[in-house]
Amino acid sequence: MTNHVAVLTALADPTRRAIFERLARSPGAVGELARELPVSRPAVSQHLKVLKEAGLVTDHAVGTRRVYSVDTAGIAAIRDYFEQFWQQSLDRFRTAASQPVQETQEIQEET
Amino acid sequence: MTTQLQTTSVSTAVEVQAPVEHAFRVFTEGIGSWWDPGHHILQAGLAEMVFEPRVGGHIIDRGTDGSECRWARVLAYEPPHRVCFSWDINLSWQLEADPAKTSEVEVTFTADGPARTQVLLTHRHLDRHGEGWEGMRDALGSGWSLTHYAEVAERG
Repeated sequence: MTNHVAVLTALADPTRRAIFERLARSPGAVGELARELPVSRPAVSQHLKVLKEAGLVTDHAVGTRRVYSVDTAGIAAIRDYFEQFWQQSLDRFRTAASQPVQETQEIQEET
Repeated sequence: MTTQLQTTSVSTAVEVQAPVEHAFRVFTEGIGSWWDPGHHILQAGLAEMVFEPRVGGHIIDRGTDGSECRWARVLAYEPPHRVCFSWDINLSWQLEADPAKTSEVEVTFTADGPARTQVLLTHRHLDRHGEGWEGMRDALGSGWSLTHYAEVAERG
């Protein structure tokens, strides 16, 4: 369950945002994150704890490692919205851009 | 839920039956010819949209009452192949002044023959809007102004 204030706090910190954006690209364990980012291992663990509590990341065990990944539920709503928004907008754009030449001249005169 | 690689961005592609220069020009300077006139955050109705064709320029919505809303900064302007602008509207549908909390739209135009263009739009860093995910979900459909939609649409 994503908590509004917890999400705000979690992503307000630039280091946590960097960790989150890194995990958005691909899942990773604490050791990998500490190697790739200028953050110590204990600090990474602490940041992951906050991100997890905010509902932004989840973790699962892979052998002896604990692998973290972005919890897609939180950002799914905004992705869905923009996906739909841009599909509709580009559809309108395609119609406008494919119009005959006289329409183009009108556009140029307007701007 | 399916885990996606590009979790914090969305991409949409479209094919336009026009030369690449034309497609680029309509998307940028001609933005007012295709942008849904109901999609603005002005108090008044939308009178016109201006795309300033240079890096450092803005996309500006002008209201029927003379008000202005500069909701995007032009970050890259490389006619006729690429344009990039910020999305300075937060998830409460207000202008966002802190660039660190804005997302980014990149559009590329690739000629596919003399009269056809492939257009790819990517809206990335959506997580930077962070704090409003829930507000966004609740406000869907009510964020954009529909006040003078009919009037503007009919005026064409």
